Amino acid sequence: MVNLEVNVGELKLKNPVMTASGTFGYGTEFADLIDLNRLGGFVVKGTTLNHREGNDYPRMAETPMGMLNAVGLQNKGVDYFINHIYPEIKNVDSQIVVNVSGASVSDYVAVAEKIAGLDAINAIEVNISCPNVKQGGMAFGTTTAGASEVTRAIRKVYPKTLIVKLSPNVTDITEIARAVEAEGADSVSLINTLLGMAIDVERRRPKLSTITGGLSGPAVKPVAVRMVWQVAKAVKIPVIGLGGIASGADALEFILAGATAIQVGTANFINPHVTMEIIDYMEGYCKRHNISDIKELIGAINA
Amino acid sequence: MKKQLTDFIIRSTQKLTPSCSLLSLEPKDGSKLPEILPGQFVEVAVDAVMLRRPISVCDVDYSANLLWLLVRNAGKGTAALISLPVGSTVNILLPLGNGFTTEGSEVKTGARLLLVGGGVGTAPLFYLGKKLKENGAEITFLTGAKTAAELLLVKEMEAIAPVAVTTDDGSFGEKGFVVNSSVWNQSWDRVYCCGPAPMMKAVAALARNSSVPCEVSLENMMACGLGACLCCVEKTVKGNVCVCSEGPVFNINDLTW
Repeated sequence: MVNLEVNVGELKLKNPVMTASGTFGYGTEFADLIDLNRLGGFVVKGTTLNHREGNDYPRMAETPMGMLNAVGLQNKGVDYFINHIYPEIKNVDSQIVVNVSGASVSDYVAVAEKIAGLDAINAIEVNISCPNVKQGGMAFGTTTAGASEVTRAIRKVYPKTLIVKLSPNVTDITEIARAVEAEGADSVSLINTLLGMAIDVERRRPKLSTITGGLSGPAVKPVAVRMVWQVAKAVKIPVIGLGGIASGADALEFILAGATAIQVGTANFINPHVTMEIIDYMEGYCKRHNISDIKELIGAINA
Repeated sequence: MKKQLTDFIIRSTQKLTPSCSLLSLEPKDGSKLPEILPGQFVEVAVDAVMLRRPISVCDVDYSANLLWLLVRNAGKGTAALISLPVGSTVNILLPLGNGFTTEGSEVKTGARLLLVGGGVGTAPLFYLGKKLKENGAEITFLTGAKTAAELLLVKEMEAIAPVAVTTDDGSFGEKGFVVNSSVWNQSWDRVYCCGPAPMMKAVAALARNSSVPCEVSLENMMACGLGACLCCVEKTVKGNVCVCSEGPVFNINDLTW
């Protein structure tokens, strides 16, 4: 038997495979296609204090081995989540993580406090890295002062596992990771999307309504693996790795680079079964390499 | 209706116009096709591109267990799909979206229904027309294209119901756009429409002016097809909604057109 269990802070995952915020809805969208109970965890989409309509269409452009998006945190607000979504998903036998976003520190704190009251949710992921909103989001994630301020404020009101999702759009991601660790974050997840842009040359217009957007998909994977490797060496808290994971081998790369758990994002759009395939692959890989506990593989590269 | 991921084998491909091909596909494992409603669509995985390509369902032949897709060469993904040889396997996510209204008091026996298709948008209306006719409605197809050479499925539709045709250059049928057709002089109980957005907006305006209920099928760019990525949104009276999960068919009264 292979033990795939991992812990992210006090959050116990039955396996390291989670889904990334904004790519998996509230889980229910995929319930026809996969068994949600098999997932280590799933991160529900970015939730803000108030309803947000998001950005104008077009919000998406496919690029080589990737896609740009500019959704802009469309969601119905935290109260809608609590009253209408939470009751539908709270009995799923997997760790539900709520991705928390805000335009101000007080917004983040208000959402975190409300989510803290939900028994079936043992962790939040604080989004200080969304490139698609004008206020908040990435503005907090690109300076150590901003990242520290948000983390410190949320830590005061949120007693369960606090994960901070980091932006790759910085000069040195390890500085930000160390800053949020110092303020009491239990884990960091990385990377959010890379700021990008695409132009329709015939129309001479940007492909996104917002001109720039977030790049995701296999195209970003080498950047993500590098950043996970750097951050895992720089902090003591567990790292959750994501960015372009589309197969079991991709997921293992992140674990070998130092990630304790991984998130699958854009690949859910391409192959809705991908998370199940990754879990199966991990189990097969461990058997093939005589590994009894997947934790032995965390950061285990021969470099 | 439960969604599924299924491998299909391409059983036939037929080039109908320079840019459009009609494909028939059968589940590879021999399983029965799921129930698919007129107006629903599928997402086809193609190796040439990363994201699946959404294609509306042109027909479903349950007795032969064949799914029919009319595909327009609109870029790298669809070009690769229509050039696949017969016998190739493609993975399909289906059935997706809501579908047109085919039941209820407005489409009862004897109801006069106009089905307006522009270009490849004719595809879902063909399947819809068959279904509505089975239900006893009196249907008429109206289809438009730039030229006679680009008209799609005219003979196939004629086998079901009267077909009015417009071409931009007058090379077949009446000259002009679908909104210039003389069929609009008749009275209709309901209009269904699928085609390029400017055409659908013009048809919606005509229907609204004569107070005829009208449904349109949108084809906003999308990724997941499941309502998760929130990329394909359309502004509606309820705010931004996903075309893939709350559409692709909308009553024009719910849109902000």
